[in-house]
Amino acid sequence: MAAMTASELSAIEGRHPQIFQRPAYKRFWPLLLIAGTVLYLAYALWFFSLPQVLRESHWERLPLFLSQWISYDLQPEFRLDQPEITPKYPRFSALGEHPDPDWVIKNPDGTFTVLIDGRDKSVTFDKIRATIVANGQTVPVSLTGSKPVVTGPVPDWVTVHDDEVVAKMGFVGEVRVTVDRVKVRKRFLGWANFVFDTRSPFFGKSAGEVISLIASGPELKPGTSNLALAADNIWNNAQWQHSDVWTKLLQTIVMAFLGTLLGGIVAFPLAFFAARNITPSGLLSQVLKRFFDFMRSVDMLIWALFFTRAFGPGPLAGSAAIFFTEIGTLGKTYSEALENIDDKPREGVLSTGANGLLVQRYGVLPEVVPVFISQTLYQWESNTRGATIIGAVGAGGIGLKLWEAMRTNSNWANVFYMVLLTLLVVFIFDNISNFLRRRLSRTLHDYNRLHATS
Amino acid sequence: MTSATLHSDATRRQADAWRRQTSLRRFYTALGVALLLVAMCATMWFADEANAGHFFDRLPHILDFLSWLVPKDWNDVWRALFDIASPNDKGTQEFNFPLGRVYVWGGFYIPEYFELMLTTVNVALVSTFIGFVFAVPFSFIAARNLTPSPVLRLIVKRFMELLRAFPEIVIAGLFAAIVSIGPVAAIIAIGLHSIGALGKLFYEINENIDMRAEEGLRAVGANWFERVRFADLPQVLPNFMSYTLLRIEINVRISTIMGAVGGGGIGEELKLSISRGFGAKTLALVLLLFVTIFLVDQFSAWLRRKLVGEQAFLMSA
Repeated sequence: MAAMTASELSAIEGRHPQIFQRPAYKRFWPLLLIAGTVLYLAYALWFFSLPQVLRESHWERLPLFLSQWISYDLQPEFRLDQPEITPKYPRFSALGEHPDPDWVIKNPDGTFTVLIDGRDKSVTFDKIRATIVANGQTVPVSLTGSKPVVTGPVPDWVTVHDDEVVAKMGFVGEVRVTVDRVKVRKRFLGWANFVFDTRSPFFGKSAGEVISLIASGPELKPGTSNLALAADNIWNNAQWQHSDVWTKLLQTIVMAFLGTLLGGIVAFPLAFFAARNITPSGLLSQVLKRFFDFMRSVDMLIWALFFTRAFGPGPLAGSAAIFFTEIGTLGKTYSEALENIDDKPREGVLSTGANGLLVQRYGVLPEVVPVFISQTLYQWESNTRGATIIGAVGAGGIGLKLWEAMRTNSNWANVFYMVLLTLLVVFIFDNISNFLRRRLSRTLHDYNRLHATS
Repeated sequence: MTSATLHSDATRRQADAWRRQTSLRRFYTALGVALLLVAMCATMWFADEANAGHFFDRLPHILDFLSWLVPKDWNDVWRALFDIASPNDKGTQEFNFPLGRVYVWGGFYIPEYFELMLTTVNVALVSTFIGFVFAVPFSFIAARNLTPSPVLRLIVKRFMELLRAFPEIVIAGLFAAIVSIGPVAAIIAIGLHSIGALGKLFYEINENIDMRAEEGLRAVGANWFERVRFADLPQVLPNFMSYTLLRIEINVRISTIMGAVGGGGIGEELKLSISRGFGAKTLALVLLLFVTIFLVDQFSAWLRRKLVGEQAFLMSA
């Protein structure tokens, strides 16, 4: 490549002064922007005292919480100070009222063996000693003294506390040994009792058994068919609360739908009076536009809190909150769309001597209706997402249930179930809205092209 | 004469066809509207049934409900806003305005509500920044015309979709248990959501760029980074900025809501104040929030108009 001479370079510079000799503020604004951002971030670091927050956070809980989304655990406890060792399960354990799992083995010599992950990760114990096996190592614990004593070397997966020996075995569980009890936590992948809860007569039966019972078995509850009983048991599953979850989900969908639709219905006529090119009075246009701004700026949260107080918690409050916010948002977008219309069809209809209403109907509506519908669908889609959050402040729907499930009992599997359903709903509604908008997009395309050229 | 008859026959046929078409379309439109109305009535009934209080039972009391909002002394609104001691203070929480002052320097203080509003706005700004920083590189990978690898594109696209659809309160709740309840959990939740939301808008912009500059750079042997930096970025940066400003508007609102469910900031105070019926405090908070959101919206609209012109306000459907 031939090198350019200095004169050629300066000739190019001279030909394009707008590129090479820009004013200083134009040349340096990206730099200033970056410097400003860095300064702001330093300030935010201090404002939120981020280093301290991060130092005091418990990141080790994250994998535990995430694993709880898709797993459950069983925690049998064995009292050693009783005459006879018997496993005890917490009330409401996933095994039902008469647990007899095959991973708790009573050996012929009177000792118990609990298989946490086969024989490779297990604990065998009687009243005087416990033997913990994991990671190819065997750790004997003597229980004869006033506190448990590990005989021999202590591997790093075993922690010896004052009165307790804890053996952590990763995801599958852990063993806690004191002199008077052995506590085991065994973790299973999946959701426990998702279909039938422990009170159901179908509990613990395989899918084939359930189907044959429904098809031809004797009535488990006299007077109701097995199919009705099974459906009722599933729907009223106490642990997963399917009926409540689905009803709340429906409430969320209804809130978004009703709020957006009502907002659209109210905003539609108002937008005509707010659009500068259509309204008979400039003052009215200004008043309406400020009104839209007001409804939008008061924010969905404030409306939600007010309506929750007025109507009590529930989807009515949520719908009303979305409705009021949407009057502002849709009113603003509708009136902007109206202000951007092509005036020629309107003038054409006007020239035939049509009255005001007919001019709007035939000169304006055909042009803006696709835009209106498209914008309304878009808002509907985004409100379906927003309704979840609004619910958490008491406005009904799945949001409140999610928030309670997280706060009160940290039932992460249940939370994940609701999250999956929410994701499904958002996905379906996104696709419906996208499909409908694509159907409209031909008209919209014409509309946009018109404005690109005008 | 014969040609005129033919002509009028053809016209009539055309007119008939047109009439048939319109009546069919009118029928469908009417059907759609009727279905929508039925759905509306059904959902209204459903929402009313499921609610704790019912619409027509509560309607006569709407104004009673608003009566607590009217303070006995209108000056209390200003006092609440600026943390000035009120003569109505009887030691209750309703009028303990000076309690929340945040002293900065000697006797100089920031009123409590301004500090809370600042927290909310800062949460919005920082989370938008997080969203922007991650969304920009993701958007180049996810754009069909710029992606370095189709497999990577699909992964990034799906990941962003997931982030966008994932309910924010769940992320906030999860991180509240990890980094303690408060604004940092809200930042993480809103930030993650912003990555997905901005990323989608950004890659759609990327897919619509003029590829000639990119081809020119490719011809002189520029690598992927150079092409993206010098061919794509200058074209899309104004639009990116415009959408980011729009995101700030949205995030201020979301961070207010997050505050109400434990994310710190003004939302929490507002929720307490409304649920306890503190008229003056509520009015002060609503006023502050309203003015802030209004100003943020106006500023962002002004800046967007400067960046990309009227295009910022046209539909991008």
